[in-house]
Amino acid sequence: MTIELSLFFLLALIAMLAAGGMLLSRNAVYSALFLIVNFATVAVFFLLLGAPFIAMAQVTVYAGAIMVLFLFVIMLLGAERLRQKSVLPWQAPLAVVLGIVLLVEAGVVIVTRGLGAPPPALSETAAAGFGGPQAIGASLFTTYLLPFEVTSVLLLAAMVGAIVLTRDEKGKSQIPNSKSQTGK
Amino acid sequence: MVPTTYYIALSAILFTMGVAGVLIRRNAIIIFMSVELMLNSANLAFVAFARQFASLDGQIFVFFVMTVAAAEVAVGLALIVAIFRTKKSINVDEINTLRG
Amino acid sequence: MIDWTLILEWFIKAAISCFVLLTGFAYMTFAERKVAALLQVRIGPNRAGPGGFFQPVADGIKLIFKEEFIPGGADKVIFMIAPIITVIPALIILGVVPWGPTVTLFGRKILLGITDLNVGILYILSVASIAVYGIVLAGWSSNNKYAMLGGLRSTAQMVSYELSLGLAIVGPLLLAGSMSLGDIVNAQSKLPFILLQPVAALVFYVAALAEVNRAPFDMPEAEQELTAGYHTEYSGMKFALFFMAEYIKMIGVSAIFTTLFLGGWRGPFADLGAPQLPAAFPEPLVQFVGGLDLGLLGLIYFWAKVAASLFFMIWLRSTHPRLRYDRLMALGWKVMLPLALANVMVTAAALVSPVAFWIIIGVLVVVVAAYLAGRVGLAVRGT
Repeated sequence: MTIELSLFFLLALIAMLAAGGMLLSRNAVYSALFLIVNFATVAVFFLLLGAPFIAMAQVTVYAGAIMVLFLFVIMLLGAERLRQKSVLPWQAPLAVVLGIVLLVEAGVVIVTRGLGAPPPALSETAAAGFGGPQAIGASLFTTYLLPFEVTSVLLLAAMVGAIVLTRDEKGKSQIPNSKSQTGK
Repeated sequence: MVPTTYYIALSAILFTMGVAGVLIRRNAIIIFMSVELMLNSANLAFVAFARQFASLDGQIFVFFVMTVAAAEVAVGLALIVAIFRTKKSINVDEINTLRG
Repeated sequence: MIDWTLILEWFIKAAISCFVLLTGFAYMTFAERKVAALLQVRIGPNRAGPGGFFQPVADGIKLIFKEEFIPGGADKVIFMIAPIITVIPALIILGVVPWGPTVTLFGRKILLGITDLNVGILYILSVASIAVYGIVLAGWSSNNKYAMLGGLRSTAQMVSYELSLGLAIVGPLLLAGSMSLGDIVNAQSKLPFILLQPVAALVFYVAALAEVNRAPFDMPEAEQELTAGYHTEYSGMKFALFFMAEYIKMIGVSAIFTTLFLGGWRGPFADLGAPQLPAAFPEPLVQFVGGLDLGLLGLIYFWAKVAASLFFMIWLRSTHPRLRYDRLMALGWKVMLPLALANVMVTAAALVSPVAFWIIIGVLVVVVAAYLAGRVGLAVRGT
């Protein structure tokens, strides 16, 4: 077994354990931390797959921004421990069964339809700057220019949405004509 | 050299765990985290395929998935905060009426 | 197949890096007290050793033998790992910063610095972004409202200033045309970027101070309001780890500032390589001088610049009062961020063409004039 393969199995184990920990933790803060571990291992996978730019973006965006937001909301709401009232007791076992069915389906597809030729060696593609900032940038600003610009509009919309949704109800009275602005 | 199939299999397993999380857990925040796990496993598959076919398109897609995920989290968490303010709960079983 | 000597080289360089940072931390605490004393016309620590030189050792021994205390109701696991999570990003952030050029030592070409990634800038940003966790988790796990508030404040502050920090880095990045810090240093062979990018340098320095929670932005641990902020409940070595992280981060951001804006290891003669004396000199002298790589001078220049930046930080701390929290956030979002954005726009336009540069300058002047006119108009109507 080569070093890369053993590294893969080790990281895969960590990623799966972290995902399992996220599912089973009673405390939402622990869930968030397990998810961060999972994201970090996926970032290492990206490095192994020759995508350094994406790997760093993964850590910055997911671990650095998204999960901080999650932790912030969990702590502000004090929602780390939620009482688990089982309104639908048959749902959890059914979910496990359905999950296994989905996994078997995916396994059948992967096993029966192999990928054919093995991927090109990383050293060849890495020499051409594959996955580096230059290559990603060039592709982003030529082929994918329109989606890229649309994404910025999407982010703007999300920003406005988040601010409008969380604005304090009391704050409304201080702003004149706020009723007509929000349409409520 | 790790075969691409292994990465796809891992991605499938992580995706399934995300699905199970959405179905099992009742805490809206944890359901949301499970959705993030699913998106992330899809990203892993994208990057694995990008290497398989020596094409950058897969990595660009991951870039877009990340931005959409960031936007989604901002709005989603804002919604959760708004729901918590009115219902004093984020258990999805208790949020079963259309009225706030 | 695997180059074991290369792995050994990396290992040694990483060990040296950790050693330098830890020693640097110990003597930063000493330097801070000495410099603050100098600025406030006091004497400062002078009991342990000549001139108080062994003060850090005494502090260390004291902290090691203090009682470790875990408050009741605290989340024990997270309480234990939070200091560790805080220290590790501080130690690894310098992994991509070059300490000097590639030199020939022991017959081997060695890069002074651990490595040079083509995504070096992104590495720094991602490591800086995970540094938040230790603090917010420490605050949460302590089961103490002051610690919690300190942790949340600190998170909000660091996330806000990270944006200005990232945008300030874009300036030098555009000028160098590369995300590798080695390339950025090489691009400064004629002029350090602080002369070409003064606004970016200012924004970076201020945002970096806020990012490492240094005075005048040490809001998360404002003692009048929050006792000691997120590390209120920590004692002994765990407290020492937070302290260590703070000072190592100071060294880290100073090193990054040096690399991005002060020309890194560049200085007189540092990039000449090994000198070749004319054959007229005696043979042993020629051989001896040929073995001295002038690139090693780069190390001295680099750390001298870092020390100057650190001195400036201590100076700021001893002369400026702390900002109020709302003013701090207003400064971050309403001043730093627009300034950094405008800087990026102007730099990018200047790189495209002079015409674009003047158009952007004109647009910015109009926007600022309109804003100021609006402010004046409001003020006139208000009175």
